[in-house]
Amino acid sequence: MSEVPAALKYSQEHEWVRLEDDGSVVVGITDHAQEALGELVYVEQPENGILLARGDACVVIESVKAASDVYAPISGELTEANGALADAPELVNQSPYEDGWLVRIYPSSPAELDELMDADAYVQFVAESAA
Amino acid sequence: MLRVIGVDDTEQLFDEIPAALRIDKFDAVPAGLGEADVTRLMRARAAQDEGTVSFIGAGAYEHHIPAVVWDIATRGEFYSAYTPYQAEASQGTLQVIYEYQSMMASLTGLDVSNASLYDGATAFAEACLMAVRGNRRSKSRQILVSRSVHPLYRAVARGIVAGQGIELVELPLGDGRTDVAALEALDGQDFAAVCLQQPTFIGTLDDVDTLTDRAHANGRFVIAICNPTSLAILRPPGDWGEQGADIACGEGQPLGIPVSGGGPYFGYMVCRSAIVRQMPGRIVGRTVDVDGKPGFTLTLQAREQHIRRSKATSNICTNQGLMVTAATIYLSVLGSEGLRRTALQCHANTRRLAGALGAIDGVSVVFDEFFHEAVVQFDRPVAPLIAALAEQNILAGYDLAADYPELGQALLVCATEMRSAADIDAYAAALQSVMHDSEAA
Amino acid sequence: MSEPVIFELSAPGRRAPGHAPAQPPAPSLSAKWLRREAPRLPEVSELQVVRHFTRLSQLNFSIDTQFYPLGSCTMKYNPKVCNRLAMLPGFAERHPFSPAGNAQGYLECMFELQEMLKAVTGMQAISLTPMAGAQGEFAGVAMIRAYHEARGDHERLEIIVPDAAHGTNPATATMCGCSAIEIPTRPDGDVDLDALRQAVGPRTAGIMLTNPSTLGVFERQITEIAGIVHAAGGLLYYDGANLNAILGRALPADMGFDVIHINLHKTFSTPHGGGGPGSGVVGVNARLEPFLPVPVVGRDGDRFVWLTEVDRPQSIGRLSTFMGNAGILLRAYVYMRLLGAQGMRRVSEFATLNANYLMRRLAAAGFDVAFPERRASHEFIISLRRTARDTGINAMDFAKALLDHGVHAPTTYFPLLVPECLLIEPTETESRQELDAFAAALIEIRDQAHSDPDAIKAAPVTTPVRRLDDVRAARQLDLAWRPAAE
Repeated sequence: MSEVPAALKYSQEHEWVRLEDDGSVVVGITDHAQEALGELVYVEQPENGILLARGDACVVIESVKAASDVYAPISGELTEANGALADAPELVNQSPYEDGWLVRIYPSSPAELDELMDADAYVQFVAESAA
Repeated sequence: MLRVIGVDDTEQLFDEIPAALRIDKFDAVPAGLGEADVTRLMRARAAQDEGTVSFIGAGAYEHHIPAVVWDIATRGEFYSAYTPYQAEASQGTLQVIYEYQSMMASLTGLDVSNASLYDGATAFAEACLMAVRGNRRSKSRQILVSRSVHPLYRAVARGIVAGQGIELVELPLGDGRTDVAALEALDGQDFAAVCLQQPTFIGTLDDVDTLTDRAHANGRFVIAICNPTSLAILRPPGDWGEQGADIACGEGQPLGIPVSGGGPYFGYMVCRSAIVRQMPGRIVGRTVDVDGKPGFTLTLQAREQHIRRSKATSNICTNQGLMVTAATIYLSVLGSEGLRRTALQCHANTRRLAGALGAIDGVSVVFDEFFHEAVVQFDRPVAPLIAALAEQNILAGYDLAADYPELGQALLVCATEMRSAADIDAYAAALQSVMHDSEAA
Repeated sequence: MSEPVIFELSAPGRRAPGHAPAQPPAPSLSAKWLRREAPRLPEVSELQVVRHFTRLSQLNFSIDTQFYPLGSCTMKYNPKVCNRLAMLPGFAERHPFSPAGNAQGYLECMFELQEMLKAVTGMQAISLTPMAGAQGEFAGVAMIRAYHEARGDHERLEIIVPDAAHGTNPATATMCGCSAIEIPTRPDGDVDLDALRQAVGPRTAGIMLTNPSTLGVFERQITEIAGIVHAAGGLLYYDGANLNAILGRALPADMGFDVIHINLHKTFSTPHGGGGPGSGVVGVNARLEPFLPVPVVGRDGDRFVWLTEVDRPQSIGRLSTFMGNAGILLRAYVYMRLLGAQGMRRVSEFATLNANYLMRRLAAAGFDVAFPERRASHEFIISLRRTARDTGINAMDFAKALLDHGVHAPTTYFPLLVPECLLIEPTETESRQELDAFAAALIEIRDQAHSDPDAIKAAPVTTPVRRLDDVRAARQLDLAWRPAAE
């Protein structure tokens, strides 16, 4: 089983969300998702300042076999993208929860956070999806 | 074989087709012919269309095609292979495309070429879509297109991009070239791109440096449409202005493809490396195999329809691979010196032609500087002259009346390196006599 | 076996003489227009060109050299005479803007081609201009949109596609400003009619179907599907990728289709050319005829003429600068005249015979056929899921190992519905010996997957290169040759 840190929240689209002290959230894809995608070759960087509704496509990540959208797990303003991924997309594979984070969003409806899964629920969700 | 399948006859193989839908014959399809009979038929048909001497360009140009080009391009190993999805079994096709991409990048002065699109008009349409996708400084779904761009390219592109809510806005001409003042008047307005053709459809030369810089100063992409033969002597799009054009595209036919009634040709497209992921179509990259040996493979495929489906950069699948093979061989045989001499001879021949026609009473040459097409104006309607000369097997040129009424009664003429001095003189003489006859009548 | 990149053969100043004018005069153009540095093109002799490209050709698998059962692509023999006759000077040297009076030979061929294509599809009218299947699809969906728009029906922007469809179908819907609605396929390979009934409505523009489907079976409920879609106000689009299978057996028009594209490079054997040129001509019934892309070829007494926007004011317009892949259309015309009506029926007869024979052979040898209860059309699917589970050897490994057996791999991992699948299309031009050899190769590979899986993982070993590093290709983009110094 892939790694699922207990401190994070998770979406059904296999994104993780980490609430920061300043009220922003950091978003990435889960270890499970990066394994399924295979080696990433490119991350299309979004522009800062765009406003996202929950479910909007905000990043495109590309492996040899697929280009996939990453959807905003929460509404808000995108304030930062992980610039390191431009030259090193493999960071998402190597360190999905730390160096391979994708974007920072400043939520407009923080209550949406409560609708995400916790780690236990996500583990169960992945297990059920596989069955 | 029937026994293995477990049926009595081949009709049974179609038993899942509902009986109400089954047919057992075609009406209106004649009986089959042997190869000798078909050959006789086609020779007779082709003979009806032979024997003309053409002075028409307008997007398709008759050039010398070395015999090696099609002798090799039609080898079965090229002719009867398909898209190189199995790279290990397709290194020939893949390396040809890589070499083609390399040549086109150098010819246009840009970084990355794709493996081809259908033709010049569709390449232009795809370039418009690409600019809207790729230009992050613009939110506009409008594109400025010079009136000097091939009228049919504009018509085709308009139809293809309309479905996605993209609009082409015309930039007017001033004195036979894109009007710089008209572009300046639009400063500050948001457009995704500015599209220029160099040489223009009517053969003239645009002030591409000023236009390019002005476009970039306003956050617009520059799409350059260029005749590849002309790039042997004219400044490549990558050199335009301070930063160069962003996308170059156009008709690949002049590079070893017969005019062949309008196709098959191929569209080329080359771009800056920063926007390569917005480029439609197939791209070949060099990599290594498991033993570290260099080899070639399709790359950046995740953008394409067979993977990304409704989110693909384009729906293009089959392209014009065989034509690219021919073009690569053509460019290899001619080299830059051969292509330069070809371009210069076309230029010189068209100047000679313009001089000869302009010397006739009632005919004048409109613009002084042109590459290998010239606008000649008449004191009378052009269509009857075209018809009269066609009866003498001289194809006089392209009638500009419908597309450019502002040029008056005008004809666009072209004399490639294939036209001899005698051909040109014969055309002038025939025109003079036709005009004389029409006056007499 | 490998061949240097052609630039590596260059020597400064070397040329292939005799192909360009000897001493053209200097240009009468101001210097500001002129190129300062010559483009980097090869500097090689003609013989070097001949050897280089001949050697490159020998690195390819092709129909002329190998069995090429690439499902959905119809890789059958291209008769040599089709190319020879299309390249006759009267055709090859004719300028596209030559007046119709100087093109009667060509136009007569095209008029007759349109008539024959009407006969083999049952449609009312044909436009020859689309240059590939995907462009035919674009034309078809654009006509469907134009039809609804002309009726003031502006909300119809949804195109229904089965989940087994070619990737071009949903991509086309997007290009036309529509959204693609996917509906599922039942386990027996036919469309799920309940899902279709739920999907259709006042926003339905139409449905895109391939029949026989990409699953290699004939959609038996096609008449019901047509009824459901038409009742909802939508139109039916026929993706002609698999027309080869029903040529002379059934007409798409009779199935209820309103518009169709035909891949001439598949059914009518024009060359695939290492990725094209193709041709995706479209046919329509009477209600869509006004919207056909122009130009089309018409007849005025005993003369053949071009019909343009002037004659067809509601046309969706032009899809190419001139009139599509004219020379490819000629090759298809020659092919159809060679075959004639009877020959075309033999196409579907032998294509279907070969596919069903090979499917039964493989089923008897223990391979899992995707739809064992169904008749194969001209192609069929086997799933290698069991072998993959037991040995770790997957469909891609089988494909690579087949190359070592001198066979081009079938289509892999398409349709997406069947796990670890091979889509196998033997075509009508292959002999029984060839089919038996292919079956034997698959059996041998499967046996080896159990006995020596590492050997299969290492395949291919006989090809010019072995498996390539696709990740490196995409991360370290090397898309154009440059001298080592740069």
